Amino acid sequence: MRSMLGKRALSSFVSLFVLIVLVFFLSRLTGDPATLYLPVDASDEMRNNFREIHGLNDPVLTQFGRYLVDLVQLDFGDSLRKARPALEVVLEAFVWTLWLALITMLLVTVAAIVVGSIAAFNVGKPFDRFASVLSLIGASAPDFWIAIVGIVVFSVSFGWLPTSGTGTIWHWVLPISVLFIRPFGLILQIVRGSMITALGAAYVKTARAKGVRNRPIIFVHTLRNAMLPVITVIGDQAAALLNGAVVVETIFGFPGVGKLMIDSILQRDFNVILASIMVTAIAIFIMNILIDIAYALLDPRIRS
Amino acid sequence: MSDAATPVDVKAPGRIGPRMVLRMLWADKLAFMAAIFLIIVALCAVFGPMFLEDMASGANLRARNAPPFQMDRGFFFILGGDALGRPLLARIIVAAQNTMVIAASAVVASLLIGSTLGLIAGYAGRWTGEVIMRLADVIMSFPSLLLAVIVLYVLAPSIANLVLVLAITRIPIYLRTTRAEVLEVRERMFVQAATVMGASSSRIIFKHILPVILPTLLTIATLDFAFVMLAESALSFLGIGIQPPEITWGLMVSQGRQYLTNAWWLAFWPGLAIILTTMSLNLLSSWMRVALNPTQRWRLEIGGKARG
Amino acid sequence: MADHLLEVRDLSVRFHTAHGVVNAVNGISWHLDRGETLGILGESGSGKSVSASAIMNLIDTPPGEITSGQILFDGQDLLKATDEERRRLNGKRISMIFQDPLGHLNPVYPVGWQIAETAMAHGVSKTDAYDRALQLMQRVGIPDAKTAMHKYPHQFSGGQRQRLMIAMALVLKPDILIADEPTTALDVTVQAEVLSLLEELQEETGMGLLLITHDLGVVAEACDRAVVMEGGRIVESGTPRDLYHNAQHPYTQKLLAAAPGKGEMRSAENGRQPILEVRGLTKSYGSFDALRGAEFDLHAGETLAVVGESGSGKSTIARLMLRLEAASAGSVTWKGEDILKKSPRDMAKLRRQLQMVFQDPTQSLNPHMSIYDIISEAWVIHPDILPKAKWRARVAELLEQVGLLPEHALRYPHQFSGGQRQRIAIARALALEPELIICDEAVSALDVSIQAQVIALLGELRDRLGIAFIFIAHDLPVVRDFADRVLVMQRGRIVEQGTVRQIFEAPREAYTQRLLAAGLDADPDVQAERRAARQHLTQTTGAPA
Repeated sequence: MRSMLGKRALSSFVSLFVLIVLVFFLSRLTGDPATLYLPVDASDEMRNNFREIHGLNDPVLTQFGRYLVDLVQLDFGDSLRKARPALEVVLEAFVWTLWLALITMLLVTVAAIVVGSIAAFNVGKPFDRFASVLSLIGASAPDFWIAIVGIVVFSVSFGWLPTSGTGTIWHWVLPISVLFIRPFGLILQIVRGSMITALGAAYVKTARAKGVRNRPIIFVHTLRNAMLPVITVIGDQAAALLNGAVVVETIFGFPGVGKLMIDSILQRDFNVILASIMVTAIAIFIMNILIDIAYALLDPRIRS
Repeated sequence: MSDAATPVDVKAPGRIGPRMVLRMLWADKLAFMAAIFLIIVALCAVFGPMFLEDMASGANLRARNAPPFQMDRGFFFILGGDALGRPLLARIIVAAQNTMVIAASAVVASLLIGSTLGLIAGYAGRWTGEVIMRLADVIMSFPSLLLAVIVLYVLAPSIANLVLVLAITRIPIYLRTTRAEVLEVRERMFVQAATVMGASSSRIIFKHILPVILPTLLTIATLDFAFVMLAESALSFLGIGIQPPEITWGLMVSQGRQYLTNAWWLAFWPGLAIILTTMSLNLLSSWMRVALNPTQRWRLEIGGKARG
Repeated sequence: MADHLLEVRDLSVRFHTAHGVVNAVNGISWHLDRGETLGILGESGSGKSVSASAIMNLIDTPPGEITSGQILFDGQDLLKATDEERRRLNGKRISMIFQDPLGHLNPVYPVGWQIAETAMAHGVSKTDAYDRALQLMQRVGIPDAKTAMHKYPHQFSGGQRQRLMIAMALVLKPDILIADEPTTALDVTVQAEVLSLLEELQEETGMGLLLITHDLGVVAEACDRAVVMEGGRIVESGTPRDLYHNAQHPYTQKLLAAAPGKGEMRSAENGRQPILEVRGLTKSYGSFDALRGAEFDLHAGETLAVVGESGSGKSTIARLMLRLEAASAGSVTWKGEDILKKSPRDMAKLRRQLQMVFQDPTQSLNPHMSIYDIISEAWVIHPDILPKAKWRARVAELLEQVGLLPEHALRYPHQFSGGQRQRIAIARALALEPELIICDEAVSALDVSIQAQVIALLGELRDRLGIAFIFIAHDLPVVRDFADRVLVMQRGRIVEQGTVRQIFEAPREAYTQRLLAAGLDADPDVQAERRAARQHLTQTTGAPA
């Protein structure tokens, strides 16, 4: 377990480093921030001054070296756009995304496990067919389309829900509903499949031969075994959400890290882009470890 | 020798011809409908621009945001008109080409590159395999949409760049699957039997390993086609994918967004086209999972009675 | 009407499958009394396990359907009882153990809990249930039971897992224990231990034991009475001695005739030059030595058997010789040249002389290739053997040689039975005209009657074509009437080698003796002798490791 953790940390670190290098240089190819942040009629001197202040006149390699040195001291630089420490800006946005992802995944997990299990007990019956159609539509739907259809129906036609912002609980309903659909469809299918497998497993036969009641057979014997493949998929989906639900955040004007990243790229706010990548990468790393721990808790074969 | 004389009574021959494929498709009605729909989409993609290009790009101010289900402006206005009065149906048919070409090229490119790297990683020595896998890890850990945004921003959005970005982000899927399958299949006894007969590495890979993993790869590719389509439309929707006057379904949804309140159909129909296509691909992919598996195929051969 | 503890009357069960309705059992009747052991003997597909599943209410309906019959337990018809009533009997009064203990134990729960669960499911308090679980684990011989309770199934050996299953089944001292192939997956020496454990426990509790098996030896060793099943019907029943000496039904006679280990032993002709010399062959995986310094010779046309239990290194020898794995040390000299030192190109050419038949014919044939493609692949790889024009005729000839029909060439592997597939695998090996064929457990996965046919086929080919064989097996009787010489292996070492007569009639090593004594013979009288020998061995050499 510990060596696995170490290996994972090392490979994540390598990936992250490659990522930073790539983004650092690529983002500097997108153009000169001075043209964006200064008025159109700014003099060359003003532009030069701006670049000098932000260290953009040095060779790119020097800039990168300086960035790494600062990074080691946990200094992520300042945001050009907001003139505040980039990390602060990112963390603010990340908290929103984190909540969005957490609540969505919680709902998805519960719903997919319940619906998927019931479908598995009723293979081929109407409920199972209904669940299959549900998961098919869920896995096929483009989220931006669902989002705008949702806006048309619930905000424009009925006027029940706000279209953007974060003020009240009601602001969360549409984004969460839209984000819910795809992972729900995918996880539902996995739950159904692995539950069917577990119900047909030899140890279920043993439990029946021992005279164990149906309820413990389902909830004690099969559920725990069936959850093993499900956990992996939950992890993948949660990682996707943590990466920022760019589309949904953009449509609903939700101030999360996905929207922040897009805005920062468009605004050439390099430090914020890099800080967002690192913050989400660390969050995903932590989440993967949690998934590993959950796996080991459920399956003793992993532990030894 | 009772054992030797009579073969087990299994009707189906192992090889499947086109007629067999049709029969198995017919056995799964949903997959059959999905296949029909996809053929129609493919036909639209190939021939649509040839016949409807002019109609799809000709502005007609009197038909601006014309409501759907009215035939008085002609059949192609049945789904309504867009903000410049162009018939939506014609535009959807024409847009099918870009949408399909982008998704298909990205899928084919990532399938070819990914599975080749996967074969190498699975069959070559441990060191090569390790390097290739770490590469896949890096790509996987990259938020794919972010990569797309940055690359497209740097390289300027064009169909070729869009394909490039989408293909790169999908390579790890095929790479990992192929490698995992190769590692499993190469330990199977019939591969070892071929080794014992003195078969060369290339014979073992192409004759014994590839046919076994190809169905899995094709199934994933079908599913991935849907995923890539969604990704492309999301990028186009965000304004960093295809740029007007080129059109894709995703871009049409994006363009219709600002008229949501008074002309919902502008964004609705192209979105529906996307969802129907991806759903068909999903259905076909799960049909393939059964049809391409020799031990599962009987489910379709006996006429869909025992599906569950 | 006599009162039996358990009686099955006129039971018929059918299953609705994709290939139509299958009648699994057809009007079968049998009974079991207290303290008695009844064997149900049958090959795969005979329906031998179906009545047990019906007793335990394990038949899912649909696809299963019980069309007629009664199952009387204590005078009550179980088929008329409610699911809840039957659940109360399961585990408490009737228990069952299965063939594959690893699959039948839940992988994610500690074994102590799983044993205690049987008691808790029937209303025993938690502390009581754990106490009983501990006692039983000690009784069935799990070392350090207190700690072992908290371990998981994967942390035990195969034999220990079957002991745990037995403990789980016996927690509530049931009246009946049903054992479905309880020793099939186990090594012979472990099999003997498990069977004698079952016997002891039966004596202690007086339970009725139903033993479902494909092995005549198990019947001879453990049963008071047995019924023989074929194609869903009981064809014959009686005491093991009756069945052995006066079998009436042709199927029983065929089974008995197929039982290995009764034919003439071959006597090796010595004095020829060896074609194969193995010296100091070693394979280590990290600190684990799978094979330690194996040394032996093989002469042209000779059949050498390699016998050992799981983990003895017997298959490793084959894999190293054919360079499916790299050896850690040693040499394999084939006709004066060291195989292990050949370049890949030379090795590929040499391979046609050395062929292999694998254990599981289902997996050793590529499912995507027709039989014609499978056999002719040999000539694609080695084009100098045969010009393409003659391939078709030669494939037909080879198929006939192994007892199949020429028109089978166009079919695919999944259309054949296990025995037929093994014939195809043999035809494929013959296509290369090899001088040595290594059979790695080539008949272990087959039913006894099929096993006998395949061995007969191999014997015929050996005599006709003069091919040398290395025959790897875990089963001594199979080897007895086929091999010239025998190597006995244990934990990576060759512990004894000699002619088949030396090994079977005058084994020198204690391990060989134990292996021989643990083997089960179909003849109840021979079996009684072996049992005595086994007890003697245990007393003189201490408990078996």
